[in-house]
Amino acid sequence: MQAVRYHVLHETTYEYGSPISLSQQQLHLSPRFLPWQQVFEQRIDIAPAPTWRRDGLDAFGNPVSWISFHAPHDSLRIRSAMNIAVVPHPTDAATLAASLPWDVLRERLAYDAQAPLVEDLEATRFLFESPHVRVKHELAQYAADCFPPGTPVLVGAQALMAKIFAEFEFDPEATTVSTPVLEVLENKRGVCQDFAHLMIACLRALGLAARYVSGYLLTRPPPGKPRLIGADASHAWVSVYAPGTGDDWVDFDPTNNLLPDTEHITLAIGRDFSDISPLRGIILGGGSAEPEVAVTVVPLDEEEIPAALRDDAD
Amino acid sequence: MARTLLAIYPHSGRRYDEMLMADGNVRPHWRRFFDHLDAVSPEDMHQRLDFADRRIQENGVTYNVYADPSGADRPWALDPVPLIIPPEEWAEVSAAVAQRAALLNAILADLYGEQTLLAKGLLPPALVYGQHGYLWPCQGVRPPGDIWLHHYAVDLARSPNGRWWVIADRTQAPSGAGYALENRLVVSRVFPEMFRDLHVQHLADFFRDQQEGLTALAPLDPGEQPHIVLLTPGPYNETYFEHAYLARYLGFPLVEGQDLTVRGDTVYLKTLRGLKRVHVILRRQDDDYCDPLELRGDSALGVPGLLNVARAGRVAIANALGSGLLASGALMGFLPAICRELLGETLAMPSVGTWWCGEKPALEYVRENFDDLVIKPAYPTQRMEPVFGHELEGEARAEMLRRIEARPHAYVAQEMVNLAQAPTWSRAHERRLIARPVGLRAYAAVNAEGEYSVMPGGLTRVAQGAGARIISMQRGGASKDTWVLSNGPVSEFTLLKSSFGVRDLVRSGANLSSRVVENLFWLGRYSERFDDSARLLRVALARLVDVGGEKTPAVAAILELAETLEVLPKPEEDGEIGEGSEHVLLEAIYDPAQPGSLAGSIRSLMWSATHVRERLSLDHWQSLNRLQREQISAQKKHPTLTEAIAFLDRVLLVSSSLNGFAMDNMTRDEGWRFLIVGRRIERLCFLARGIAGFLRMSSARAQGSLDWLLEMADSSITYRSRYSRHAELLPVIDLLVFDDSNPHGVMFQVDVLSRYLERMAGELGADYASRLQAAAKRLADFDLAPFEHLAFSQGRGCQPCEELAGLLDRLVGAASHLSNGLGMRYFTHVGDVSRQTMAL
Repeated sequence: MQAVRYHVLHETTYEYGSPISLSQQQLHLSPRFLPWQQVFEQRIDIAPAPTWRRDGLDAFGNPVSWISFHAPHDSLRIRSAMNIAVVPHPTDAATLAASLPWDVLRERLAYDAQAPLVEDLEATRFLFESPHVRVKHELAQYAADCFPPGTPVLVGAQALMAKIFAEFEFDPEATTVSTPVLEVLENKRGVCQDFAHLMIACLRALGLAARYVSGYLLTRPPPGKPRLIGADASHAWVSVYAPGTGDDWVDFDPTNNLLPDTEHITLAIGRDFSDISPLRGIILGGGSAEPEVAVTVVPLDEEEIPAALRDDAD
Repeated sequence: MARTLLAIYPHSGRRYDEMLMADGNVRPHWRRFFDHLDAVSPEDMHQRLDFADRRIQENGVTYNVYADPSGADRPWALDPVPLIIPPEEWAEVSAAVAQRAALLNAILADLYGEQTLLAKGLLPPALVYGQHGYLWPCQGVRPPGDIWLHHYAVDLARSPNGRWWVIADRTQAPSGAGYALENRLVVSRVFPEMFRDLHVQHLADFFRDQQEGLTALAPLDPGEQPHIVLLTPGPYNETYFEHAYLARYLGFPLVEGQDLTVRGDTVYLKTLRGLKRVHVILRRQDDDYCDPLELRGDSALGVPGLLNVARAGRVAIANALGSGLLASGALMGFLPAICRELLGETLAMPSVGTWWCGEKPALEYVRENFDDLVIKPAYPTQRMEPVFGHELEGEARAEMLRRIEARPHAYVAQEMVNLAQAPTWSRAHERRLIARPVGLRAYAAVNAEGEYSVMPGGLTRVAQGAGARIISMQRGGASKDTWVLSNGPVSEFTLLKSSFGVRDLVRSGANLSSRVVENLFWLGRYSERFDDSARLLRVALARLVDVGGEKTPAVAAILELAETLEVLPKPEEDGEIGEGSEHVLLEAIYDPAQPGSLAGSIRSLMWSATHVRERLSLDHWQSLNRLQREQISAQKKHPTLTEAIAFLDRVLLVSSSLNGFAMDNMTRDEGWRFLIVGRRIERLCFLARGIAGFLRMSSARAQGSLDWLLEMADSSITYRSRYSRHAELLPVIDLLVFDDSNPHGVMFQVDVLSRYLERMAGELGADYASRLQAAAKRLADFDLAPFEHLAFSQGRGCQPCEELAGLLDRLVGAASHLSNGLGMRYFTHVGDVSRQTMAL
């Protein structure tokens, strides 16, 4: 199996209408280090040039940059381009079935006045409520039928993912970045972030640890049509704690009901969207603050794309 | 001799009594004070209580019960009898409080650093990662001097056996130290002899230690002087009084988030002279509101980018962002083991028995002992009132237990404490001591050595009823001064008159924040506006009363002018002001919701005054306070016309005393100049618009109109003393417009403004002044001759009137231009709120 190599372009443009006198932005646009991803080239071009910049790692180990603009400007353009390879790391049914029973894992994560295992302590960072993930008993109820006693945690997670995929409708008009999880549960509509938040909330309500993953997804143009530049969007999915499997975490994509492999490119990991929003800022002045976002994911060498994806190639 | 106060003072078997021993005798350290109190005559005591009440009311010591700009502040409740603590006992309490502060600081250092406490299982992750108070972006941020907790408050209670226990830790932005100070200033004057003879330890040393501790941590660049500010969320906050009070006492500028701005990794105060670097922020704003870039994005209160300044080590924030986490009661049970681990010491003062329901055995215990426990939220950010187990029955009890079992980690149970009782002076009786449950809030602050100094004393809080279990200032509790006695002479140090070196002398006020200047400017404008409106409305009401409520031509003319000046709303298209005149006028006085109303001006005035409270003298503040009370009490009644006139009289009286204070009592710094400029611009606009409107109105040609015009411009007396005859158009116009010796004339305002503009010309640009002066020059050149033989009262069209009105309009235009220009150049633009943006 060969690594799949992509060129990713993520462009964000603000046309403010009138001058912004002061602007500060926080960027989560650079991919974090992962054993199955290799970054060959990555650059972020910013116009106008920021007055000040600081780069670092956030508390969850993701690359983060802060930039600020002290001179008046009426537009902002941030163009992140990367050349990245994803090594296949498929999760098979045997792995799912071999994971710990979810109720055993839940007990292991509960506090018992003893020193916890290092990986368990790490996982508890993703065990509780976070700004976009309320933990309510309605959520535990919703997930209950996927987790009969003794079910391996990843089998339960897969069932929950399938349930969400079957019962919820993808609808970009239905929600905003601040729509609460319980409202999504009630209306059964939303976008990838909503489904990721919902699935995370269900898992945490059961006492399990789950992370929010942001990144990109390879999309296929309609048969016979060329790939449109900027037609894609940033994507979000879920990572579930299952010690003993792979690197202890296994990814699930409830929007597409699949286990991410080489078609998912990971940028950052957090408790929820609020920890790793790609571009978050505070501006003073200006008119409009609605960004134009364009994402393009192009496989660099179409030959290396798995056969399943090649039905649209000519 | 009257019967002793002890005769009816209630004993209690259930509670520890601060004053009495179990055998009913007065404790030795209370003896002298009690004898003194017992000997004070009812009349004398009455006077002393009056003094205390007056002082509290006049100092404007308030506790905002809910945020209400119209003034729901409640006076601070103070009982004059102090809580007295002997020196030996205090030494123990004080050492325990200092130890606990050091412990909590070490815990913060660990949780925002290595997190060994979690790795060793000494603290459950739920109480760290599970709390909204744990601020992830602060992970790894190391503050100057490794101090996270600069100031700390702890609520203590005494159990029936006399032992002190910790009830709650305050680590976010502890309040009350300022109230303790104010209590001290009052009570030490109520009992001056006792205060001196008992050698009560002074509080000033503590505040000096705090001042020095903050100064020592300032991350200075070479050549810089430490610049420390006190950050308040603003006048809506329940303890805003204290923020202003402490800022003044400690000598730190009081700032709001919008006064600060971050450029790169440095935070600055926006001042009149540009950006000035800030080294230390004493924060009274909750940490998650401090930086909308990385923390709560919906916060308009914060300083975007502040966290990056902290990350760079370029500012000390007291307390460090993220400190609020430790106010969780759930931590208490874990502290003894953590204290041994981090400090290698035994925890000196126990916490009240606390069970965190997130632990299975604890949950079991809580279920079995529900009646003896109080259920509280585990996280300080949760909104939940304490629930007493024994008060819940049936379904309510089952429901509570279900809630706990669904999210056990979100609840703690504490054992109920029978608070100690202390003697309190009864306000309902002539001469009586009653017993009330009390708790003590003690304070610690980091000093220049990096150790914790403990305030000798603190804020003693008094529950409202004899059987109360909860003490809450929000629920109407009171407070006491706390007297810690000493065996020898006490330190006489005072911050109120500490000695300064030549270097400390501050004369210019260049550090005035832009917001302060802006608010002073508007304070000037509003104080003039409410004076002008009151005068105009009084003129109208007086005429209306004179003619028995009938709408005569004179009344109609005044109402028309009031509409032109927007003191009264414009009538509907075809509506007539008729029988409604009275109603319309009363609304214009009392209804704050009506645009242009007097009540609205008063509210705006209070609002700008509140924002610059720490800059106003006490007298100034008292005078404003009186005005507010007057307005609110009048608003509730349905006043008659005569009562309304009397109200306007009082408003004008307060207004003139206010102006007296501004002229006489305020420091003549740049802030004061803006106050005066604001005032003059407002008066100039009012007069010029009023006179122009008058000249254009055909209704003004009625008999007696010139009289009320003089009255409205507050110039009747001047006119009479000059002309000793009835009003005629030419001399009236001359006096109100051209006479530059009349402080209520148009030209006078122009002259004063020009003088101030000269000083500012360098910064403001000459355009504003020259436009104003050009308009004034054209006015001054106006030829008054055509008015000489003008039969004003008969004439219909009046060409010279129209020309003069046009020149006055021009002047108004130039003054508004100037007002905008000042805003552009000097002000913060509080209307320009930062916005969050988000892109996927």
